[in-house]
Amino acid sequence: MKKIINRIKEKIEIVSLKQRDDLYFINVKEEHIIFLLSYLKEQEGFTHLAFLQAVDYDKYNMFQLTYMLYNYDIKVNFGIKVIIDREKSEMTSIHKLWAHAWQYQRELHELFGINFPGSPRVDESFVLEGWEEIPPMRRDFDTKEYSEKTFYQRPGRSTNDPKEYMKEKLYKNFVEPPKIRREDD
Amino acid sequence: MTDISKSKYKNYKADRSKYPKMENGKAVIDLDSHKFTKIWQGPQHPGVTGNMSVELIINGDEIMKAKTHVGYLHRGFEKLLERRSYIQGFTIVCRICVPEPDTNEYCYSAAVEELAGIEIPEKAQWLRTLNLEMSRIGSFLMWIGGQASALGLGAIGQWTIGMRDFWLDLFEEMTGGRVYHMYMIPGGVRKNLPAGFKEKTRDLILKTRKLLYNVEETFFNNAIVKSRLKGLGIITPEIVDEYGIVGPNARASGKEYDVRMNNPYLKYGELDIKMLTSTVGDAYARAELRYQEMHQSLDLISQILGKIPETGEIQTKLPNVLHWKIPAGQTYMKAESTRGEHGFYMVSDGTKYPRRVFLRGASYTHAISVLEKLAVNISISDLAALMVSLHTCPPEIER
Repeated sequence: MKKIINRIKEKIEIVSLKQRDDLYFINVKEEHIIFLLSYLKEQEGFTHLAFLQAVDYDKYNMFQLTYMLYNYDIKVNFGIKVIIDREKSEMTSIHKLWAHAWQYQRELHELFGINFPGSPRVDESFVLEGWEEIPPMRRDFDTKEYSEKTFYQRPGRSTNDPKEYMKEKLYKNFVEPPKIRREDD
Repeated sequence: MTDISKSKYKNYKADRSKYPKMENGKAVIDLDSHKFTKIWQGPQHPGVTGNMSVELIINGDEIMKAKTHVGYLHRGFEKLLERRSYIQGFTIVCRICVPEPDTNEYCYSAAVEELAGIEIPEKAQWLRTLNLEMSRIGSFLMWIGGQASALGLGAIGQWTIGMRDFWLDLFEEMTGGRVYHMYMIPGGVRKNLPAGFKEKTRDLILKTRKLLYNVEETFFNNAIVKSRLKGLGIITPEIVDEYGIVGPNARASGKEYDVRMNNPYLKYGELDIKMLTSTVGDAYARAELRYQEMHQSLDLISQILGKIPETGEIQTKLPNVLHWKIPAGQTYMKAESTRGEHGFYMVSDGTKYPRRVFLRGASYTHAISVLEKLAVNISISDLAALMVSLHTCPPEIER
């Protein structure tokens, strides 16, 4: 694996990190991603794309995309991390490299608002039909505010303090369940 | 028994001389021509695996185009986990998948442990391995019931779901819960084995083997099953990598990829385990492979029961979990579920809450890209059998 990373280092600028014996991460620049993925797929045997996902770092105004590859011969997972701008939130599509990559790109488009121009069916809805708010997996999406705005309390419903209520209802008439004898008893 | 090979329908092929018009090997679909029908299979349909639906365009009874729709089961686990502390998260993750919750528990706990730098005791590792193998058996028993029911053999489903209930009883004794176990807590497991558990498990292994023998007689030696499953949904070795196919679906096409052997986790490295593969790649080969893997799992459970140490710690002491901050970092933990590679990608930013937790389920590609590809040009009556033979599980798609 060290040799592979050295070979990549000769070609482009990367920062590598060993997490485990069978899991490595590298950081690359946005413009090198297509070159690197095709190189790894065609030349180094990383033929399995396990997933493509995004992490939202709203404080630093960036998204981190992770492409997780796997090599069946050396049995190593290789995570390729790319930082993209959160405002622009656009990335090159890799649907030509793997036939199932469009699914992840559609999901990221819907749940994070990252666009992948040219990716097939990227505008179709995935799990949210008719969604008009900001993409829900972004960190600044306020779930509580959304549910208060969208749903309403059933009339006649009262609220309780959970701590007091549990004490009152659950522990007052609490019956010990029958005990199973364990090996260490 | 009827000999299917002599049937006049054996080599039946649809007459394509009039319609649909073919262009570049693809049918030109014009709904206004009144030659096509658009129907939905699911989400409330006995022939669908879980809560998903397939939008079909059919010509006669032949499927011309299929499109998977999900979203009926979206419970937002990944978003929920962002607002929960690490110890609260472990009670949620098992709820992602009903037939096989333990793989989620293991991957989540192992990811937290790796980021926090915790080693778990030897006995806890054995108990986790036992729990994972038992959950594989439970999931496979449910699958074989579905596969038989999709072909009209309802009785087999009744037998295997009944047998699965006995395994759930064992789970209840071991963990306290039948369906959701919440057994593998970060740092180890919650409870020790109950007294007499090993004998009960050995008894049940014998009973399950007896049932599997009956299943083999009635299912795998059945002429109807053979005629309907052989040649259905062939996955060629070329599309395995192209579509990210994993698990028994890939192994039935000759791909040697099983996480338990490729990247041994827990105690799998110390067990006598052999990679099972086939080269045919159709639905029948996948069914046979899963049947063999059930026997393999039973073997593994016997091996594990013989190797679990009698004494030893089952938990590592954790820091105060209510204020547990995990150092910044990211990791990907994977395990072999009955559907294939199942993993958690966890990103920590050094606070009390995870920055991102992502679940990679095998059904994500099997139920969408692969199903849409394989469903074309098969009969609509075979679609249910095809879906079950890919072992799709919608909760993994819309976490």
